[in-house]
Amino acid sequence: MAEPAVLQIDGLHGFYGESHVLHGLSLEVSPGEVVAIIGRNGAGKTTTMRAIMGLLERRTGSIKVKGQETIAALPETIARLGVGFVPEERGIYASLDVTENLLLPPKLGEGGTSLDELYRLFPNLRERRRSQGTRLSGGEQQMLAIARVLRTGADLFLLDEPTEGLAPVIVEQICTVIEGMKNKGLTVVLVEQNFHVASQLADRHYVMEHGRIVDVIARGELDAKLDRVKSLLGI
Amino acid sequence: MNRGRLSQAVLARAGWAALIAALMVAPWLFYPLFLVKVLCYAMFACAFNLLLGTCGLMSFGHAAFFGAAAYIAGHAAKVWGLPFEAALLCAVAGASLLGAVFGYISIRRQGIYFAMITLALAQLTYFLALQLPFTHAEDGLTGIPRGKVLGLLSLDNNVVLYYTTAVIFLAAFGLVHVILNSTFGQVVRAVRDNETRAVSLGFEVNRFKLLAFTLSAAIAGLAGANKAIAFKLATLVDVHWSTSGNVVLMTLLGGLGTLFGPVAGAVIFVTLENYLADSGLPVQLVIGAIFIGCILLFRRGVVGEIEHLLKR
Amino acid sequence: MNAQVILGQLLVGLINGSFYAMMSLGLAIVFGLLGIANIAQGAFYMMGAFFSWMLLRWLGAGYFPALILVPLIVGAIGMVIERLLLRRIYRLDHMYGLLLTFGILTFIQGLFVWLFATAGRPYPVPAELRGGFDLGFMFMPTYRAWVVAASLTFCLATWLVIEKTPLGRTLRAATENPSLTRAFGVNVPALMTFGFGVGVALAGAAGLLAAPIYSVSPLMGGDLVIVVFAVVVIGGMGSILGSIVTSLTLGVLEGLARVVYPQGANMVIFVIMIAVLLVRPAGLFGRQP
Repeated sequence: MAEPAVLQIDGLHGFYGESHVLHGLSLEVSPGEVVAIIGRNGAGKTTTMRAIMGLLERRTGSIKVKGQETIAALPETIARLGVGFVPEERGIYASLDVTENLLLPPKLGEGGTSLDELYRLFPNLRERRRSQGTRLSGGEQQMLAIARVLRTGADLFLLDEPTEGLAPVIVEQICTVIEGMKNKGLTVVLVEQNFHVASQLADRHYVMEHGRIVDVIARGELDAKLDRVKSLLGI
Repeated sequence: MNRGRLSQAVLARAGWAALIAALMVAPWLFYPLFLVKVLCYAMFACAFNLLLGTCGLMSFGHAAFFGAAAYIAGHAAKVWGLPFEAALLCAVAGASLLGAVFGYISIRRQGIYFAMITLALAQLTYFLALQLPFTHAEDGLTGIPRGKVLGLLSLDNNVVLYYTTAVIFLAAFGLVHVILNSTFGQVVRAVRDNETRAVSLGFEVNRFKLLAFTLSAAIAGLAGANKAIAFKLATLVDVHWSTSGNVVLMTLLGGLGTLFGPVAGAVIFVTLENYLADSGLPVQLVIGAIFIGCILLFRRGVVGEIEHLLKR
Repeated sequence: MNAQVILGQLLVGLINGSFYAMMSLGLAIVFGLLGIANIAQGAFYMMGAFFSWMLLRWLGAGYFPALILVPLIVGAIGMVIERLLLRRIYRLDHMYGLLLTFGILTFIQGLFVWLFATAGRPYPVPAELRGGFDLGFMFMPTYRAWVVAASLTFCLATWLVIEKTPLGRTLRAATENPSLTRAFGVNVPALMTFGFGVGVALAGAAGLLAAPIYSVSPLMGGDLVIVVFAVVVIGGMGSILGSIVTSLTLGVLEGLARVVYPQGANMVIFVIMIAVLLVRPAGLFGRQP
């Protein structure tokens, strides 16, 4: 590993109240990588994302973002290190219109995509820019959720199930967007139930089960391990 | 879990024994009139706590029932010349009616909005009290006769008054205890914990809540009536929002939702109020400070803390 | 019943309605952002009136300097209270918020009663706003017209900031989804402190506007805030414009009631609240159950 990891998790334990949900998770993401976290429902993938973002009430262990320890940090502090978060539920604000949703996340650094450029990438959003955020279709909301963090100049992105529940055409569009991010040298951590999408985009796959990492599969190894992966995912 | 329930049962029994013993012995140690005041407020706090403990509803307007009953009892005893028991009965009936009406209106909402509505309804009662001639507005209803208990013993004797009040208190307290532990109490608690489930199981949720509210108002009324006759006085203070606030504080100090909490809280509060009145310190200021301190540092209240310690 | 009397009472009603509007707007901001029903709003209103009086009495600072200073002072005190006290109870049930602010109301009112006794102190109408003008159908006292105009200006300015500015955008986002907004890098806790300051500053400003009309007393806020709570139950807290319209309407209705049945005027708003609850439990505009 020549460059220091953008994201380094060591022995992460996570709790929802009394419930012990993450059991000593460890993973590492290098700059410019696209890393997928795959696994069944309830494996703890979303919990891991929330833990990285500082949104999980109780976490112990170590999470380092760009070399800085963030295990006890506040969400706003973590975000300001240059982390862009697209939650599973998308989190589009109903009390804001599309443009306001786009402009809401503050600039975290240079190199963010400009508003014009975003409208070029996502023409639907320009068309609907004065609509209330939640009036958009599922696919459009997903685009909006990704677009608004692209604007901030973040360079580490956490995308939680970006293609969930979307039509194949939209899924393709989103894959294109994520590939574009990859080409720009941005780092992406992707939680994906859709194995096809994950395998298309990711350099490496972490397989999660019951709050633990049970396997790491590089792109090249996928074919060889396909059966194992499928059984772990239950497909 | 069994140990917890056992210690709770032991605690309850010990509490009851201590309570009855204390009630019997108290007038030898403290001024009977002071004790009467404590008991009246203890009933008031128990009434408030009943609604909270069963329905999870926190009323900020319980002074409406307390004060209305005070006026009714006073009027019944002084103007209509009714005997003690009848005056109390009138007052409780009046408070229950008011409770049923206010309950019907308030129960449509929950939580914060419920509290706001009870506050507004009590304020309405305050303004009514201000307007209606029989209350004599700022002067208040004075010179309420104490009369006789059971037509035999004169209540002008403070010791007789005390023991009468103690019996009334025990009856009210016992009623609250029974309700909290009864099937009715359990149902209402289930309703509070998971209303959708209860509704789907066919329980008439609102009817239970209304009944709890009315009972709570009735007992608060009993307390107010008793207080008015004991102290020969019913005033606007009895219907003021500060009185509603005081009963909340009392219950908080003693322990919200606990059985003996309201009693402990009333003891502390009345003692404190007496001390402050004598010492010349600003009463409202100190009460406000204690309120704030309690919420930030002492949410479980005295009895709550004791229960918590015993559970370990 | 001559027209002059009716119009006079309508004007008073409009004034009261303006105060209800400023108070309920402040309540709505605090409730939305912090989840707290701030009954201490009455105390901040009273402090606004008192600080105006103090500025005049002790520093010779008149009405117009007070117009700027008083909301700032009250807002600052609010922010301190939020940081020291309110912040500690956010993770608890909403009811504790109401309990705590109730304690704060009691404390502040008790403090001012102790320091200043309960009698009302007069505050003069500023020279520039004395007198009045003849509208033909009625005589309009200048100060009263000013109060309505100023309150509406405060309310509309607040509305503008919330709906049309980046700060307002962030406030709305933080109100709707505080944790996600933090995950974008917004310092939501600081925003909440600021929001509380704004909410109570509105009450303080209302207190200043009220001082020449109602005189200054430690007890002036307690009864008012309960009426404002009723206003909020009727109109809900979801819409700013809804709050303003509801407040003004109720103020006017209260004024009309004062013409017909003066003793009952205080109770009208509560009676309307009862009627609304029986017909539309969720309130007229609100989204809360």
